[in-house]
Amino acid sequence: MIFRRGLPGLLGLLCIFSLAGCGSGPRADLVLCNGAEPQTLDPALVSGQLEGRICAALYEGLTRRDARGRSVPGAAESWTVSPDGRTYTFTLRENLRWSNGDPITAEDFCYSWLRALDPATGSPYAEIFYFIRGAEDYQAGRAPAESVEIAAPDARTLVVRLKNPVPFFPSLTSFTTYLPVHRATVAKHGDRWTRPEHWVGSGPYRLKGWRVNDRVALEKNPRYHGADRVRLSRIDALAVTRASTAFNLYSSGQADVLLDKGLIPSLIMPKLRGRPDFHPAPLFATYFYRFNVTRPPFDNPKVRRAFSLAIDKEAIVERITRGGEPIALSLTPRGVPGYRPPAGPVASPVTAKALLREAGYPNGQGFPRVSLLYNKSELNEQVAVEIQAQWKRELGVEVDLRNQEWATYLRSLDSLDFEIARSSWVGDYDDPLTFLDCFATGRGNNRTGWSDPKYDSLLDQAQADPAAASRLRKLEQAEEILVNQAMPILPLYHFVGCLMFDPKKWDGLMPNLLDEHPFSEIGARPPRLSK
Amino acid sequence: MLTFLIRRLLSSIPVVVAVLALCFLLVRIAPGSPFASERALDPRTKAMLEEKYGLSGSLPEQLLRYGFNVLRGDLGDSLKFRGRTVAEIIGQSLPRSLLLGSISFTLALGLGIPLGAWAAAHHGKKADSFLNSLALLTLSTPTFVLAPVSVLVFAFGLKLLPPAGWGTLSQLILPAICLAIPFIGVCARLTRSGLLETLGSDFIRTARAKGVSETNLVYLHALRPAILPLVAYAGPLAANILTGSLVIEEVFAIPGIGQFFVNGVINRDVFLVSGVVLVYCLLLLLFNLIADWLTALLDPRIRVAS
Repeated sequence: MIFRRGLPGLLGLLCIFSLAGCGSGPRADLVLCNGAEPQTLDPALVSGQLEGRICAALYEGLTRRDARGRSVPGAAESWTVSPDGRTYTFTLRENLRWSNGDPITAEDFCYSWLRALDPATGSPYAEIFYFIRGAEDYQAGRAPAESVEIAAPDARTLVVRLKNPVPFFPSLTSFTTYLPVHRATVAKHGDRWTRPEHWVGSGPYRLKGWRVNDRVALEKNPRYHGADRVRLSRIDALAVTRASTAFNLYSSGQADVLLDKGLIPSLIMPKLRGRPDFHPAPLFATYFYRFNVTRPPFDNPKVRRAFSLAIDKEAIVERITRGGEPIALSLTPRGVPGYRPPAGPVASPVTAKALLREAGYPNGQGFPRVSLLYNKSELNEQVAVEIQAQWKRELGVEVDLRNQEWATYLRSLDSLDFEIARSSWVGDYDDPLTFLDCFATGRGNNRTGWSDPKYDSLLDQAQADPAAASRLRKLEQAEEILVNQAMPILPLYHFVGCLMFDPKKWDGLMPNLLDEHPFSEIGARPPRLSK
Repeated sequence: MLTFLIRRLLSSIPVVVAVLALCFLLVRIAPGSPFASERALDPRTKAMLEEKYGLSGSLPEQLLRYGFNVLRGDLGDSLKFRGRTVAEIIGQSLPRSLLLGSISFTLALGLGIPLGAWAAAHHGKKADSFLNSLALLTLSTPTFVLAPVSVLVFAFGLKLLPPAGWGTLSQLILPAICLAIPFIGVCARLTRSGLLETLGSDFIRTARAKGVSETNLVYLHALRPAILPLVAYAGPLAANILTGSLVIEEVFAIPGIGQFFVNGVINRDVFLVSGVVLVYCLLLLLFNLIADWLTALLDPRIRVAS
């Protein structure tokens, strides 16, 4: 009898012990759902946004982003630029310290940037350093590391010589790949240096714990130069993939913030609009289709134009995406100060039909069977089905749908094994170049086979132009070719980002174009006193 | 017994080798690269990464290299979660799946066997057909329906339990039950059919003729031989349930090992997939061995034969 009573208790104790070993302690000041499990927390290796968000808390670049996504001084207190716009001299703050107490020097930045460029590091984002003179040659193995024109004449000065005038270079240094890493730690622990027990960083937060598929635990870094303005001492970033699960955690109060639109179930999105804790904002990202211009029928610009003009983009954002997305007439979304994206063609089924006739396919007769490639997801499928129907209706053309699983789809894109393919692009920095550079001849992200010397030369001229305004005009002309003349792509809509948090409880979270939400800016609002 | 054990262990080796080799080759043959992403990867960087992780050269070369590393106890690094070893990922995730799975396994057998026996004892009556339909319903309800509905009812409707998460006992209850429910139905049906068959056999007729009570007949005499099919089923079931489930882990945000089977393949994370398949394979062999041993224990005829 005693045994029977004791057994459940014993089992219970066993459970408690096993669970206690899972690192759950008192609740953090802020619990946020960050998306999937971070693939890495080594800034040189990061390629995703969710990892970038955590890295922005763990390391500080020369500049950093504030709650509105604006670039503000970070590790550098100031910088000067030479008259030709090609040489930047950054001055670091005094007494900067790594989280282990070592001083942060300009040499650390040189080391970190060269490390990210080193082919042996295998950084997926190394090309973001190509603005720096000598960087591309070093990365390609054509020149030694010494040929990269960055220098640290003293502990607090960093001099960077650029290939072209890059007006946004200071803000670019807040980008994840540009974040500094601690040389001795990397040297000592190799690939394993980002484990919590080895990790050393320079940001407002320290890495306290990191459990696979569970959470990344952050705690305030007392050695951070701005520690007095960091308001929360402990933050947990949960790894949750499924939107309904993230939303359940949020609704039940187990999580305070949902940081990503992907974490909000799309079915209930229309119901959430108007709720005070729902914060949508346009994003610097575009959903578009690519045409493979290397083979018929899409080697004919008239066919591409006809296919573009036949699409009613409004129908897609109103019936399918339903998140308030603006339709895309250009590749670059609006929002870069001084840049007016050219308006691509507006839908005109009549003109589309006429163009197709001119191309030799009256009413779609004789048009070869082509397929539309997309990676398997509900949204991609719905958009593809809608567009398939529109092409059938307006042009009389049959398009097959071809859905592939992610890795297979990427391979098809890279090897141009498609006729039309779904794509999206998220801007890395707030300049049109982050979109337009993809379609320069021979770029890895071109993935259409399209090449136009005039486009390439406009991009080159723009990049060499030291005057910000005329630089943007040239980029506008280049984009005009891309979205209104040659049309190797068909922009459909611009993305909208959504945050969910209770504005009565939290501040320092502001929807912005680049979707930057630095954790160090977030704070709890003092509870209102009740009378 | 010892010879039996040794013979079984030895015969398992080729199985493990074949499973691991096949798994490795299938993931490597699948189109797409583990290093690909929406942003195009520089071919030099890709080649460098393949070299670094031992994925350069011909397929047989890669397989041999991998096999050699496994023999030395090195399961390799994850290709997706850079800087983490497969052993580390399994080491962190497996204990959680084992804890959750063992609760579910206990539930599946602990509820399935008595329910099945009870249904058999009331064969042909209303209780039997009710339990039978219930069992059919539970085993045919997919977990991707069961889990969200149970969250809706118990977390948001009745507000009894947290909807997801890991770390407290109350967070274990819903996932453990949802993981167990389909198997409770299977266990109940297996027990019932086993019992019905045994109850019709000669030794039961003899016992009944001798005046053994109906309850004793079912629970004492017939149950032992009747659960033999269930024991055979419980071996693979244990391996299955202890290695988690993608759906349960995603719905309840449980950091277990189950999701790596699917996501590892999607990411072409060949070492991670091979690692978790190895774990599954070893557990399967182990529990089948235990099941065979239990069968011998329960059935004297098998003992005599061996």
